[in-house]
Amino acid sequence: MSQSENQENYAIQVHGLTKKFGSFIAVDNISFSVKRGETFAFLGPNGAGKTTTIKMLTTLLRPTSGTMLVNGYDPIKDQDAVRRSFGIVFQDPSLDDELTVYENMEFHGVLYKVPDKILKQRIEELLNFVELWDRKNELVKHFSGGMKRRLEIARGLLHTPKVLFLDEPTIGLDPQTRNHIWKYLKDLNSTEDITVLFTTHYMDEAERVANNVAIIDHGRIITGGSPEELIKTTKTNSLEEAFLSLTGKNIREEEAGSIDQMRMNRRMWSK
Amino acid sequence: MMRTIYILWLRQLKRYVRSRSRLLGSLGQPLLFLVALGYGFGPVFQKAGQGNYLEFLAPGVIAMSVLFTAIFSGIEIIWDKQFGFLKETLVAPVSRLNIMIGRTLGGATVATLQGIIVFFISIAAGFRPTNLTLLPIALLIMALTALLFTAMGTAIASLLEDMQGFQMVMNFLVMPIFFLSGALFPLEGLSGTIDMIASLNPLTYGVDGLRGALTGQIHIGFFNDFAVLCAVTFLFMVIGSYLFSKIEI
Repeated sequence: MSQSENQENYAIQVHGLTKKFGSFIAVDNISFSVKRGETFAFLGPNGAGKTTTIKMLTTLLRPTSGTMLVNGYDPIKDQDAVRRSFGIVFQDPSLDDELTVYENMEFHGVLYKVPDKILKQRIEELLNFVELWDRKNELVKHFSGGMKRRLEIARGLLHTPKVLFLDEPTIGLDPQTRNHIWKYLKDLNSTEDITVLFTTHYMDEAERVANNVAIIDHGRIITGGSPEELIKTTKTNSLEEAFLSLTGKNIREEEAGSIDQMRMNRRMWSK
Repeated sequence: MMRTIYILWLRQLKRYVRSRSRLLGSLGQPLLFLVALGYGFGPVFQKAGQGNYLEFLAPGVIAMSVLFTAIFSGIEIIWDKQFGFLKETLVAPVSRLNIMIGRTLGGATVATLQGIIVFFISIAAGFRPTNLTLLPIALLIMALTALLFTAMGTAIASLLEDMQGFQMVMNFLVMPIFFLSGALFPLEGLSGTIDMIASLNPLTYGVDGLRGALTGQIHIGFFNDFAVLCAVTFLFMVIGSYLFSKIEI
């Protein structure tokens, strides 16, 4: 297959990607690719390097080494082209609480240069899609976590991106909201022809929604494939069991904290 | 590009208008200064042959509220960092320079508005500007001062990780800038060290120009005030833009 055909077929291609914070290696020489139109899950314990990888793909962090292509553009060299081509829902809320639902959407639309005529129509369409149109003039600070998350999904789709990144989109939400969010994302996959890359801790969700998964631990990709394949090769009954058999049963709760700590120190002393 | 800057500017303004507690809180302080210091030190000032203290103090208090609001607007980036909104702007296909310009203009507009409100408060407290034709100059000096310190706030906020450093910035930077600027006492005939510190303090030129425009008492001169304010504003815009462009989330 030629290089250009390759790029046509893949929404994301990553090769030998590495990120070091001082002597700590957060992401260690990972390679993977995501086909156009597929839903891809990035799974791993806390501090495995999932968020760092997403930050590199979305131009927020510069990798130490390795190459990436997002929609055929290089996130290091073609920052603006990459930024226009993806939408993102961050792990932590990133809305302006002092603005209304509509204003948050409008702000995003202007930053992404969505033409005025399309903008209004698209905002209405998407707010209807996540069932927030009736509350468009309310301040976001009065919203629950689930409503904020729905708004962020709508906002991430506003500029019709080809790839949508979702970092832990359902964390801290009740089962009803989680169900809703996956329903939106499934509908989206069929109506907008969009590639979705998400990270999650809920293996049942990944098993239900993802076409393919990659399991990452200690900054390395341990294995990848469809959920069925992983269940088959590990001779287990569910993706959760497969995940535990691959990553072990020890708790890693402190790792994310210590990485943040390390990055903070690095920044304090390097400036 | 203009729309991007405009929407960032508009956001700062909306946030300002909507946080009523912040608005009210920031007006209480100048009022307290005008009433407590203005009336408290008034007689002493008069006896020392320096004339009406409220006339002297009001431009200083206006400059103070511009300074505090501007620094605070710049520092707000830390909030955006902590509450995640900064990520939304940094991941958008917009240059960091435009984000910085939009935010700084927004913050400076808010600080200037605050200065105008405090101007009216001081009129209510008994202050009378001597020459109304110089009001546009007063406004210009307020705007420049606002721009300067918003850019300074942005530069500082780009270096800080969270709000814990804010108190340090207030105590070791903002308060000295305020107290050693001639806002509260005349700079004529001060000892060498304080005089030198004051002449290195950019707010000194803002206070001097503002006092000149509002009351006719000028120590340094309009031309020098403008020249220094413009130069330092430019400098901090460059430093602020540079540091802002280096932020990693």
